[in-house]
Amino acid sequence: MSTENSNVLDINNDHHADERDHKPKGITRWLYTTNHKDIGTLYLLFALLMLFIGGSLAMVIRAELFQPGLQFVDPHFFNQMTTVHGLVMVFGAIMPAFVGLANWMVPMMIGAPDMALPRMNNWSFWILPFSFFILLSTLFMEGGGPAAGWTFYAPLSTTYSNDSTAFFVFSVHLLGISSIMGAMNVIVTIFNLRAPGMTWMKMPLFVWTWLITAFLLIAVMPVLAGTVTMVLTDKYFGTSFFNAAGGGDPVLFQHIFWFFGHPEVYIMILPAFGIVSSIIPTFARKPLFGYDSMVIATASIAFLSFIVWAHHMFTTGMPVAAELFFMYTTMLIAVPTGVKVFNWVATMWRGSMTFETPMMFAVAFIVLFTIGGLSGLMLAIIPADFQYQDTYFVVAHFHYVLVTGALFGIISGVYFWIPKWTGVMYSERLGQWHFWCSLISVNMLFFPMHFVGLAGMPRRIPDYALQFADMNAFISIGGALFGLSQLIFVWCVVRCMRRKGEKASTQVWEGAHGLEWEIPSPAPYHTFQTPPQVK
Amino acid sequence: MVSHRLLVRKLVLICIAMFGFGFALVPLYDVFCRYTGINGKTENTAAPASRRVDESREISVEFLANRDPAVPWSFAPEIPSISVHPGQVKIVNFLVENLSGVATIGRAVPSVSPGEAARYFKKIECFCFVEQPLDAHQGKAMPVQFYIDPDLPSHFTTITLSYRLYNNTPQTVGR
Repeated sequence: MSTENSNVLDINNDHHADERDHKPKGITRWLYTTNHKDIGTLYLLFALLMLFIGGSLAMVIRAELFQPGLQFVDPHFFNQMTTVHGLVMVFGAIMPAFVGLANWMVPMMIGAPDMALPRMNNWSFWILPFSFFILLSTLFMEGGGPAAGWTFYAPLSTTYSNDSTAFFVFSVHLLGISSIMGAMNVIVTIFNLRAPGMTWMKMPLFVWTWLITAFLLIAVMPVLAGTVTMVLTDKYFGTSFFNAAGGGDPVLFQHIFWFFGHPEVYIMILPAFGIVSSIIPTFARKPLFGYDSMVIATASIAFLSFIVWAHHMFTTGMPVAAELFFMYTTMLIAVPTGVKVFNWVATMWRGSMTFETPMMFAVAFIVLFTIGGLSGLMLAIIPADFQYQDTYFVVAHFHYVLVTGALFGIISGVYFWIPKWTGVMYSERLGQWHFWCSLISVNMLFFPMHFVGLAGMPRRIPDYALQFADMNAFISIGGALFGLSQLIFVWCVVRCMRRKGEKASTQVWEGAHGLEWEIPSPAPYHTFQTPPQVK
Repeated sequence: MVSHRLLVRKLVLICIAMFGFGFALVPLYDVFCRYTGINGKTENTAAPASRRVDESREISVEFLANRDPAVPWSFAPEIPSISVHPGQVKIVNFLVENLSGVATIGRAVPSVSPGEAARYFKKIECFCFVEQPLDAHQGKAMPVQFYIDPDLPSHFTTITLSYRLYNNTPQTVGR
């Protein structure tokens, strides 16, 4: 972690500034680019676009649920909205945003000149737009898009689905290939391209969490590919993996899916842990408390994620012994997660804290992610889960960990690093507006979902009982406000991209330490062509 | 520069192995369920005849029959339940009748509840071992010959044998 050395800037002596900053021009720069910063930018902008597309789908859901009864869309279209909203947000917004941040920051944090496999890097990004074109195009086809939920349980996705399934499967195959290539790149970069002296236990936590995430991706994305392949052959080629009539088992689908699905939810949160672990020490002006325990906790969470999958399926009729096993292992995850939360709080303890926008989002992350974690513990309790299963309580839980967890982590990371990317400070006033609007609206949106869920409102249903009407109207208003609040974020980002704002210094933040803060702002097109020496 | 090739190769191998593991879960799951009796899966092959009878206790065996909407048959057990001593061999008939004017092939999939008792449920002969064809409007009685393994733990007093009937007529499979 300690990289307060002054001689890393020797790249300045070896090369002329204009040589480092030479960029190809025009659209081909972006199409053919193998530069980690360009690809990182592409990933991040793509994720932002997908955030708004996924958000619009969510607003169709919230518009329909504004009042009881069926107003705007028919139930089949409603199901398509919940399905595609989930897929777009998980695979289009959160995961690409993390890969974008990894592309930008991992080489700069470990003193590497670029990602290890630059051409594969280009491929892994450019597959994504095509994959989502395929997925989203199904919404405009006869019969509509996939409607089985983002978890596409068999037989909903096999016997009862329409032919959009084929498009969906192909799209998920492409997404999987893209993620796997991205993950391989991160692993090879971190293994082989660390600067001299950048030992394992000196790596910034963002690099550590991404390394572990990349291994999770490599381990489970192929399993997802296998699952969708089985769905495809069951539907079109007469196999019976999930069809009881032919000797298969629909519950098997859930086992295979969640064997992928549970590590997947940690894929979507571990990099956010890394981002927050970079931001808290910077604005508390103290080194991170318990660095070693953070690394060990991350690795433990990753390991545990492989042995808890069946807590998503408590009501499928498992034997009590199996339910108890999965309940206890699930609760065990609270221990390493608690270590992390404790360490963040201990880092802030008696620090000289200031509350710029990244810090605000990071602190909100800690509080709100913990709320999501606690509702997760409630869901882990078997008898309680039988009541909560498939209600809005579950929706509230995973939106607290994914929106106020993963998304807030990403947003705080963008505010934190955007001065380094663009060379100008974002507008602090707009950033604070964005933060407070998001914080209030996101809690209006998701907190009441706990209550309607506990009162028994089921998820994925376009209509509901009358007693939930007021709450749902309130939730929908919160949703609209949260969506609008993100426009302030776009405004902030566009301002920085157009270089409007105060010029950022090399270190940017007073308390910032690490290799990425020792190169000029904006970061030159090529950095660390001569490896820095880390002491 | 370090060569990346070796590491990339290893990572690709992990990916291929995990893709295979996804498919390996299918037989593994089946074996695991059969071995532990989870999911109520019973051995779907003929068991050897019973060797001893435990007359000290009686087990109530209940029968359930339901059908997939795609099978145009009526399907019901002859009797709703029967009392047996563990080890005692019984034959129970399930009555089917094809209500449609089309010849159909049915396939019954058994399930035993509670799941932990599944492996003590021994079938000597069962209509569920093979496909059952029925001509238009034909009816028949399908027998299952079974006994309860005398090793059945004593806390089980009631066992339910449930069948679900599926349409296995070739052109309708997978649709």
